[in-house]
Amino acid sequence: MRDWPLWEVFVRSRRGLSHVHVGSLHAPDAEMALRNARDVYTRRQEGVSLWVVPAAEIVASDPGERDAFFDPADDKVYRHPTFYNVPEGVEHL
Amino acid sequence: MDFDDLLAGDGRVEPRDEMPDGYRRTLVRQIAQHAHSEIIGMQPEGNWISRAPSLRRKAILMAKVQDEAGHGLYLYAAAETLGVDREDLLDQLHTGRQKYSSIFNYPTLTWADVGAIGWLVDGAAIVNQVPLCRCSYGPYARAMVRVCKEESFHQRQGFEILHTLSHGTPAQRAMAQDAVDRYWWPSLMMFGPPDDDSPNSAQSMAWGIKRFSNDDLRQRFVDMTVPQAEALGLTLPDPEIRWNEERGHYDFGTVDFTELFEVIKGNGPCNQQRLAHRVGAHEDGAWVREAASAYAAKQAVREGAA
Amino acid sequence: MSTPSKTLGDYVLGLADDALVSAQRMGWWISRAPQLEEDLALANIGLDQLGQARTLLSYAGQLEGDGRTEDDLAYLRDEREFRNVWLVERAQSDFGVTMARLLLFAAWQSELYAALASCPDPTLAGVAGKAVKEVAYHLDHAARWVVRLGDGTEESHQRMQAALDAEWPYLDELFRPVEGAVVDPASLHPLVLARIEPVVAEATLEVPQVAPARGGGRAGLHTEELGYLLAEMQHLHRSHPGATW
Repeated sequence: MRDWPLWEVFVRSRRGLSHVHVGSLHAPDAEMALRNARDVYTRRQEGVSLWVVPAAEIVASDPGERDAFFDPADDKVYRHPTFYNVPEGVEHL
Repeated sequence: MDFDDLLAGDGRVEPRDEMPDGYRRTLVRQIAQHAHSEIIGMQPEGNWISRAPSLRRKAILMAKVQDEAGHGLYLYAAAETLGVDREDLLDQLHTGRQKYSSIFNYPTLTWADVGAIGWLVDGAAIVNQVPLCRCSYGPYARAMVRVCKEESFHQRQGFEILHTLSHGTPAQRAMAQDAVDRYWWPSLMMFGPPDDDSPNSAQSMAWGIKRFSNDDLRQRFVDMTVPQAEALGLTLPDPEIRWNEERGHYDFGTVDFTELFEVIKGNGPCNQQRLAHRVGAHEDGAWVREAASAYAAKQAVREGAA
Repeated sequence: MSTPSKTLGDYVLGLADDALVSAQRMGWWISRAPQLEEDLALANIGLDQLGQARTLLSYAGQLEGDGRTEDDLAYLRDEREFRNVWLVERAQSDFGVTMARLLLFAAWQSELYAALASCPDPTLAGVAGKAVKEVAYHLDHAARWVVRLGDGTEESHQRMQAALDAEWPYLDELFRPVEGAVVDPASLHPLVLARIEPVVAEATLEVPQVAPARGGGRAGLHTEELGYLLAEMQHLHRSHPGATW
């Protein structure tokens, strides 16, 4: 008998912040995964909301394609405000 | 970026990156052994949950042993990012093919042992673990950040237990001293064999898995612990401990590593007992795990049909 | 002639002992659960119960007025002075039994604490208001496991039914009259059954048709098993009279 499936756990630490990946756990189904996540990852008031996602359902980018995926953004410096010159004394810009 | 460049720049290796087989194998072995230590480590302290001498201590101890379960869980999860299953790792533990820290093969004979484990064993573990928060493998490092954050109360509660005992009745004080006498040398062994007898250390340091040598960490632990023992009013069972002005460190006696190797070989006081307890829990729980899987499969069919 | 605070104190002590003895049994599971995740879950439940016990024991000591602390009450009373029900005191090492017991106990505690949360005694209402959230989670946890084990494999179905049959006789004691009761125990009976029975049905199990156990814990009449539990729990504390821990 194989182990229960793996689930990835995301916690919203407080209202106003997004859910952040905190780790994973094993659970037989979604209901139990959510409850296990509560018991494993929020014992010290770390969260106000939880997501669990079957680890097998996550689609991840391939590190081998990292160059093609992410390098083209390198030379688009005009997307960042620091690219632009603002005359001295001009505010709220 | 390739593996060597990443390490050269003190970058972090992440699960799907290419990595040398040896690096992966070393990490799996080390993380698994670390995880096994956490869950076997539940037993010596768990041994006193039912007998904790106050309700406050009982609550603290339950929360602490629960944390060990959590730490084991975080670590198994980190190992699983390297393409192994927790079930397989547990199987290797249960069949003796993977080890756990030898310190947990010593018995907790008195309540003071719970204090000594918190103060000395968790203290040594923290010295070992803090550098692992900067380990080159991202998931291991992140798990260790979480573990270290949670562990900070463990050492303090152990110190507090011993402090209370050493300032209590003569019988309590004797209990505290006895525990420290028994746990001091095994705690020093937790840092592993001496550097010139530690074959894998150099490679682990080059890979950024290990940041400091066994002997450096052992020295750090001694330097940290000696003044704490003075604050407790307890004696460390080593007549050779004294401050060395020249080195800027405490000198201490020679650790008897034949004892460590004996325990690793399986001849510690509790090796069989610890493993039997773990295997027993796993086997007794098999019907529960199978039932939950069967229910999940039935539910999936029902939902599919609905 | 009992004074009102004496009878209230006895009543509170009964609830405290239920929680304490239950926590003591739950603590056994830590390092023995079927899966690591469950070690954490059962420890959380045990810690909640222990927390309830501590607050209730302190309050019972206050009502008694002799200056006894939570530890005096937990560690220095003998079997005949304990007021917990039989449901919680018997040894258990089967996960199905533990979940069956928790289902019954948490269902009862849920209704009890919900009622106590609006009682005129502000201390008791405060404790209950906090505890009602905790036991809701315990009930949820037990219910999900009873359903999974009942409707899991052939083996788990049989074991879960056997566990439910074994625990069910101890349910009745929870609804018997108690001196000083702030909430009429009998009034909780239908409410508790309404929580348990749908779970049993969803688990494809049968509600056991069994005679109630003798009981008598509220009067200090226990099974032989409580003595061993207390001997283990109390021995260290009692070996060092007056010591601080």
